[in-house]
Amino acid sequence: MRISVTVNGERHDAEVEARTLLVYFLRETLGLTGTNVGCDTSSCGACTVLLDGQSVKACTVLAAQADGGSVTTVEGLARNGDWHPLQKAFHEHHGLQCGFCTPGMLMAAVGLLSEDPEPDEAGVRLALEGNLCRCTGYQNIVTAVLAAAAELRAAGAA
Amino acid sequence: MATAERYTGGGVLRKEDPTLLTGQGTFVESITLPGMLHAVFVRSPFGAAAIGAIDADRAREAPGVVAVFTGTDLEGEWAAGLPMAWPVTEDIRVPDHWPLTPDVARYAGDAVAVVVAKTRAQAKDAAELVRVDYDERPAVVDIERALADGAPRVHDGYDDNRSYTWTLTNGDIDAAFAKADIVIRRRTTQPRLIPNAIEPRAVVVQPVPAAGDYTMWSTTQIPHISKILLALTLGIPESKLRVIAPDVGGGFGSKLNVYAEEAVCLALARRLGRPVKWVADRSEDYQATIHGRDQVQHLELAADSEGRILGYRVKLLANMGAYLQLVAPGVPLLGAFLYCGSYGGEAYHFECTGVFTNTTPTDAYRGAGRPEATYAIELAMDALAREVGVDPAEIRRRNFLPKGEMVASPGGLQFDTTDYGPNLERALRLLGYDDVRAEQAARRERGDAKLLGIGFSTYVEMCGLAPSQVLGSLNYGAGGWEAATVRMLPTGKVEVVTGTSPHGQGHETAWSQIVADRLGVGFDDVTVLHGDTAIAPHGMNTYGSRSLSVGGVAVHEACGRVVDKARRIAAHLLEVSPDDLEFEAGQYRVKGVPDRSKTIQEIAFAAWTAHSLPEGVEPGLTADAVFDPPNFTFPFGSHLCVAEVDSETGAVEIARYVAVDDCGHVINPQIVDGQVHGGIAQGIAAALYEEAFYTEDGTLATSSMLNYLVPSAAEFPSFELDRTVTPSNSNPLGVKGIGEAGTIASTPAVMNAVIDALSHLGVTDLDLPATPERVWRAIRSAKGGDA
Repeated sequence: MRISVTVNGERHDAEVEARTLLVYFLRETLGLTGTNVGCDTSSCGACTVLLDGQSVKACTVLAAQADGGSVTTVEGLARNGDWHPLQKAFHEHHGLQCGFCTPGMLMAAVGLLSEDPEPDEAGVRLALEGNLCRCTGYQNIVTAVLAAAAELRAAGAA
Repeated sequence: MATAERYTGGGVLRKEDPTLLTGQGTFVESITLPGMLHAVFVRSPFGAAAIGAIDADRAREAPGVVAVFTGTDLEGEWAAGLPMAWPVTEDIRVPDHWPLTPDVARYAGDAVAVVVAKTRAQAKDAAELVRVDYDERPAVVDIERALADGAPRVHDGYDDNRSYTWTLTNGDIDAAFAKADIVIRRRTTQPRLIPNAIEPRAVVVQPVPAAGDYTMWSTTQIPHISKILLALTLGIPESKLRVIAPDVGGGFGSKLNVYAEEAVCLALARRLGRPVKWVADRSEDYQATIHGRDQVQHLELAADSEGRILGYRVKLLANMGAYLQLVAPGVPLLGAFLYCGSYGGEAYHFECTGVFTNTTPTDAYRGAGRPEATYAIELAMDALAREVGVDPAEIRRRNFLPKGEMVASPGGLQFDTTDYGPNLERALRLLGYDDVRAEQAARRERGDAKLLGIGFSTYVEMCGLAPSQVLGSLNYGAGGWEAATVRMLPTGKVEVVTGTSPHGQGHETAWSQIVADRLGVGFDDVTVLHGDTAIAPHGMNTYGSRSLSVGGVAVHEACGRVVDKARRIAAHLLEVSPDDLEFEAGQYRVKGVPDRSKTIQEIAFAAWTAHSLPEGVEPGLTADAVFDPPNFTFPFGSHLCVAEVDSETGAVEIARYVAVDDCGHVINPQIVDGQVHGGIAQGIAAALYEEAFYTEDGTLATSSMLNYLVPSAAEFPSFELDRTVTPSNSNPLGVKGIGEAGTIASTPAVMNAVIDALSHLGVTDLDLPATPERVWRAIRSAKGGDA
């Protein structure tokens, strides 16, 4: 079937099998391999992207469901070469080790902060419970998200 | 002569991050090659079954399918079976382990056929069409049942399911028990754990048929070891196989192996002359990637009336699974020396039996033998404290090994450097121990349903694998050295080649810190190359918390040789004796004449042009080093867990977690803390959440992340970390490993906290993991109700 999806600001028209999952459309059809696949049960969240501004697990969304929609992946997070505050905060606070869960974790955090710009620690932990990391024990991820939230609020107030 | 320490110990941000934060990493699943085919495996759904006829006709005719092979079809591909590199005893039983089993499936997931197609989806569809006649047999999954008379045999060729029995004795154990006032006897079980690196395993093989060359990209921790062993399995000359570990998404020991899928993809690429790729689904990974732990432990302590330990007696059963994976028999040996923990005593006896069962093979999972040992002794220490009637801190103070160097442990090893007491006191202060005890008492007094418990774990571990001679004495099949090359390029930049193979540990960053300080160059001027046998030809790779204390030290040693060579060239150019030069912050200065100097970058250029070199000095500023440590390193620490236990529901919440670790000198505090955080989380997961479970017939009931609980951020508190610094004498950097310490320490700290919370009710033991149901039943049972 024919779909039209805007990904990271660029429109793509493509022919896909009806069963094609969004994550494989991104990875294999468009060559955007930044979004990883970590499980087959929507448990780990490594494949999280934004679909029309909301974080979704791209292994649980058909490419066809994104038809007419707008998708943001980790490759589209930086603007004009400037990292998103979450990318900076993950770097500064050592919020990643092997980096495999990181793209999904970042996108889930973007989704969280768009819904709740001022989460507390417990709120961040709860909001990210659909994204598994086996390396960091989550502590520095949580620290990074809180730091990025503060930076985004400061930027918004300025 | 000290060089300025500008980077070591300080806060530099990781070099690995920019690639990974922007989605530009190269994980194996992202590698695509022209003409590439996709392999999908057909796996036994039964724990034990004889394989009859395999009908693949329909699969062969399915769209996109290029070939289907059974175990019998591929028998001619193997020069040897899959490798096992740690035959711990002379009489160990090592069963044949073929990449595709041709006759009998011995665990659910044992691969019996492989389908190759143009796309992964086509291969998956076709794999569904392969019909296998299985003749199901009785299976055995439990270690103790596997040893019982009449148990189904996993391997027909052996008369029982025993693989080996290994023993270790130090001192007169019978005499120690004969004079004991107190004997603590405990049986503990270590549930089977699934490592769950978030990246599932994957392999890509590219052949060059005309040359007989193969390049394999694999999600591996051990590209160099894999290259040698897969060359032997496939009968490929070692020089014709290049193994690349690109970005690897976590390992925790699960990628410290040589796997069937790697061998099969190599064989398929050889047969078909085209690139072949395999990527595991998560549920497939659960069956086809090694599991960890799965032991039954019997520990006896002999102590005097004051609780001073005289002797330790250990009897261990270790589940090997259906076959012996790479280092599986040796995993219990890594714990064998640590059932005496950080404590003293006169005598020690350890016996371990490795057992075959119809389960996924086990092997090294973060800590590998040491978490199991530490769990047993730390729970026994709390039991001893209760028996003697003293505080768990006090029982530890009475038994700690003395402060010192090369301190003899009852297990027979000499610990590099010890200073346990101050470390424990620091942790107690950080926790505010007396206040928490007071709160615990207050809650008990007022009948609060939420009970508090404090759990101790004053662990020591052995890591930094390892002195090659010691490994040889334990029958390990490889050495324990690590290699490095440091090249100063003509432009003054530095390339570092390391044999370690990081998969999250930040070696590019930490090695750059070491090099920048040692050579006096900028952190950003250093590039670290790794994980490709063509680029880094020598390596023993990354496992056993060895990378810094062996591989990082090799880098440091190579830098020293660069500095020495550059000194000779500088002396020649400055027309002085090398002894007249001092080297600091990248400058060779004539002593007493500070304006006469050369930078190391100038020397690098001069070494490249070779226009004027001292006699006997070759052009170029490059040095190799191989470091083989004289001893393990023995990091230690005190982990204190405060658990809140709901006495009505059995739910456990970790209220606080304090960890004071000692890993000697710290190169990068942020990375060390990150390793500790992740390690603690994995150990807490083992204490409270994770347990792989097989049904009697050999079905893995915890078959995916839906029913095996890998904890999320919501399950953990923030951990409170601190350090003491007792430099190791096993290496010139004074460093100790830290990758596994958190996991080793935390499981017993949590369980001791849960038991401590319930001790006044009479609860003295609990099985792992302490699920709400188990805790609730223990409370009911202690109160005299039906459990």
